[in-house]
This record gives sequence, structure tokens and C-alpha cells, in this order.
Amino acid sequence: MAEGSGAPVLEVAGLRKDFGSYVAVDDVSFGLPHGRSLAIVGESGAGKTTIARMIVGLERPTSGTITACGRDRSRAPRSAHDRRQRGREVQIVFQDPYTSLDPRQNAEAAIDEVLRLHHGWPAGHRRARVTELTDLVGLDARQARALPRALSGGQRQRVAIARALAAQPAVLILDESVAALDMSIQAQVLNLLADIRDETRISYILISHDLAVVRQLADETLVLHRGTVVERGPTARVLDHPEHPCTQRLRASVPRPGWRPKLA
Amino acid sequence: MSDLPLLEAVGLTVLLEVNGARRAVLRDVSLALRPGEAVGLVGESGSGKSMTARAMGRLLPPGAEVRGSIRFGGTDVGGLAGADLRRYRSQVAMIFQDPRAHVNPVRRIGDFLTEALRSNHAVPRAQARRRAVDMLAQVGIEDGTRRLRQYPHQMSGGMLQRIMIAAALLTGPRLLLADEPTTALDVTTQAEVMAILDNLRRRSGLAMLFITHDLELAAAICDRTAVMYAGQIVEVRASALLHSDPLHPYTAALAAARPDITRTMHRLRAIPGRPLSAFEAPAAECAFAPRCPHVAGVCRAAVPGLVELAGGVSRCARANELRGQLEVTPGG
Repeated sequence: MAEGSGAPVLEVAGLRKDFGSYVAVDDVSFGLPHGRSLAIVGESGAGKTTIARMIVGLERPTSGTITACGRDRSRAPRSAHDRRQRGREVQIVFQDPYTSLDPRQNAEAAIDEVLRLHHGWPAGHRRARVTELTDLVGLDARQARALPRALSGGQRQRVAIARALAAQPAVLILDESVAALDMSIQAQVLNLLADIRDETRISYILISHDLAVVRQLADETLVLHRGTVVERGPTARVLDHPEHPCTQRLRASVPRPGWRPKLA
Repeated sequence: MSDLPLLEAVGLTVLLEVNGARRAVLRDVSLALRPGEAVGLVGESGSGKSMTARAMGRLLPPGAEVRGSIRFGGTDVGGLAGADLRRYRSQVAMIFQDPRAHVNPVRRIGDFLTEALRSNHAVPRAQARRRAVDMLAQVGIEDGTRRLRQYPHQMSGGMLQRIMIAAALLTGPRLLLADEPTTALDVTTQAEVMAILDNLRRRSGLAMLFITHDLELAAAICDRTAVMYAGQIVEVRASALLHSDPLHPYTAALAAARPDITRTMHRLRAIPGRPLSAFEAPAAECAFAPRCPHVAGVCRAAVPGLVELAGGVSRCARANELRGQLEVTPGG
């Protein structure tokens, strides 16, 4: 486990989001140290994705603050420079790789664009980095030059991960990013994410309803219910000794040998 | 449970026309379900698990070329037409992963639920609605009368899936083909829907083919589990033995690749490469051979046949030799 040193790379304080009279996220606070992973779990509608969207900047918080790498990002960016800066702080990989890639752009072009925009490197340098990134996520040369429609879901998801990593973000948000993958591919991607964390000290926010995936990747876990945090702690403690009824219910819903589903 | 199969597929091979080329989607699939039995069908993308259910439900796309046979209570399903086919379909119900894609969004729930009863079974409207309300209560929806007036967009995914189950069971089928009915639901809703399905199925003696990518879910709720790879069944096994005594290296590899909720593993045992679709499978060797940790010369010599072993079946040329060495110990 990587050490969590110094100030948190991401800090969220008193975060709230209202949609009309509906409170989607209510007074959520947490800190994420460098090189660590935090899982946000909860039922559908608990507010997990809304938190992720606020952190990346796709939604404005109603109140509360979000600080990444020491800079506030709860208000709209003031310039293109500011916006790009934020892109180097936090990136996101969505669940559905079919809608998150440009259908006219192959993996190499998608990654190259991010490198040019964020780092402004010369073409030769970028080419080398594109190869490094596609290798890292296990795409071969043919796949790296193929349009998304010629790739499987798992391959597209790896393109999305490589593209997110190209910005060299301090924090990568994985919003159900491995949920749609085939089991044998999911294991490859989870191993890959662990390797990248070991090599780069990147921090992850893992949004997932798959508690086995959470156990594998997250150091800390935060349980959300109707927009509020009902339990938090080291992942092993939360999953082995859940205290809040919501966590206990999530835990009991996971199929296992001898499991008999029960009505709530 | 009777030993005579309710539904039996023998040597089922299905070819579809894709971009002008004939491609196999199922290759020599044989599987039997006994009355009241729950059988899991597990596999990755392109393995043919959904196609198997579609073939059984007579829902293959037009132009599909089908070889082999499917028999239901002794009748050849492939030859059914007209009234006979309608009767068959009221005996064999199907539910799908995405309920929203299988319900007309501009029709009320009540019309959707009672359609089959009224048009195929000539049940009068008031009686059909009463039966629908009863069935909704059985899937845990108490305010059925109000629900009948609602539209699909007014329901959550979990609620709509329960309505799909109610619709499927209203005509009193003997077999339910359930194609990933809980994949789109979160874990707690999945547990609820599974509980409802499990209770109703046991109470009414309904047989079920439960399709999922989740080996643990299949093993937990099905009597037997069949595992598919590249359009073929590679193993059929009592669910209780699937993890402790698997008969095919693919089953063992699939179970070992899954993260474990009770511990963090240093590394997951990923299966190298990617799953093959049926049409990509080599014609004269084991389709899993390129990814198999136990591959040997014999695996490349011919497509292995299904062998009976220890109460199950395996499509592994080395199944006998490897018996006992495949036990699943995840992680490393």
C-alpha cells in the first residue's frame, strides 16, 4: 500500500447539490491522499455519480468546496488555461466506452490530442508517449490505429483509460469503469490500474457497486445513502464489519456460495 | 424432479448472416432442462449464451440457419408455426437484461400485462386485470391497481424488471428463459429481484434457464451451471461443485479471475488474451487453447468432444488428467 503523505491531493468539504427541490448530495466531505484509492459505494440514486461529476466540473456544486492539488475547482474555470490546468488535476473514465470516445478518432489520435493540448510536446516525443500508453493498457499496434467501432467494449475502455492517463492527472475517477467488462478482461484492467498506481502515485476515486472490485482496489471506502455519507473507513473494516444497516444490506446482497436471496 | 427433460437441445448449431458472410454463433450446443430445474448459463461476450436462449425461445433473427434440434415435452420446436408456436410461447416465457427495451413506452402497464392473456387465452378484460394485480402482488408490488394505470417511464429499473417477471409468469409458463435479468440493477435490487424469481419459481415448479456473466450468481441460485465459450458449451456441472471441482480449465480460470470480496489479492489471475466469439474459433482445435494454462499437443489436434465425468460434462481433451488440479484458489 502506498504511503499517504502530506496534504490530500483532493479535498471535498460540505459538498451539496440540489436539483430543484431534490437534494442529490448533502454535506459530503472527504480527503484523498496522494497514491491512495477511495471507493464511493451505494445504491442507485445515492449520489455517487453526481459527486464525480462535480469533481470533474460537469456539475456545479450548490454549496461546499472541492480542492484538487491545492486549487479550488468548485467554481467555473476562468480561462482555457485554467480549464486545462484542471484537466491535469482530475480525469474521469465513464462506465460506457461506447459513448465516451469520438467515433472518428482512433486511439493514437485521441491520446495524441490530449498530449498536445496538455503538455505541448513536439511530435516525436508525443509519438513515443502514445506508444508507451497504448502498451501500458495492452492495446496492440493494430488496435491503437483502429476506430472505436472496430474495437470490443474492453478494448474501448482501455483506450478511454489511456486517454485519461495521457493528461497525467493527479486523480483519476473511475465511474463504474470496469462494470461492463468481461470477467477475464476486468481482471486485466484491475491489475493494470494497480500497476499504474504503484508506478505513478496516481490517486483513484472508484465508484462502483461491485464490492469485490472495491476490495481489490480501494484503501478507504465511503458508503453513501440518499446523498449523505452513512459509513466510512478502511475498506477491509467496512466490508468485513459493516456497521450501518445500509452497508450491511449492500454486503448481504452479494451472491456467494450458499447464498439465498432474501426479500428486503 | 422428473428425469425426463422438459426442454432438450441436441447438437444445436446456428449460423447468422453478418455483412454478407455466414457466421456460426452456436456450435454443437446440447443442453437439457428437467421440469422445475434451474440451470445457469454462464459466459463472456460472444460466447453464445443469449443466442442459446433465443434459439430456445424461437426468437432467432430472420435468415438464421439452424442445425440440430430443440425438443419441448417431446415436440420438435423448430417445426412449430401459427397457433402451435403461440401455444409454445405461452409455455416458454422470456425476460431480458433491459426491461425498457422490451416494453412499449406509450402503453400503460395494465395493457402490457394483460395483452397475452386477452389475445391468446381469451380471458375477459376485468378478469385479466384481476390476475395481473394478483401477479404484481406476488412480485412484491402491493399497489397493483394503481400501477396498472402507470406508464413505464414512471417506474425505476428494478420495479420495471419485476413487472417484466409478472408479465412473463402470467400465462403460467413451464420454462422461463431469463437473459441477464439483473445485470442492469444494483446489488440490493438484484438480490430482491432474485429472491422474487427464486420464490415464485420454486412455488410454481417452473424450470429456468438463467443467463448471466456472473459465475457466483449462477452457482448461488441454480441447480446446475453450464459454461459457454466461443459458441460451445465447455462444461455442465452441479453448481455446488463448480468452484471446488471444476472440469474445464476455462471454468476454473473464470472463477479465479474474479476479485474476492473477503480479501485483497496481490494480483488477480487474469486470463491472458480476450474471449473469442464463435465465428473466430479455430475449426480443428480447442477454442480455449491459446489462453489455457494447461494446453498440450492433444488440444491442438482436434475440437474436443463433450465427455461425461464425475456427474458433469466437460469439453476438455485433458479433463480426466486434470481432474482435481483445477480447484479454484483465486489470487497469488
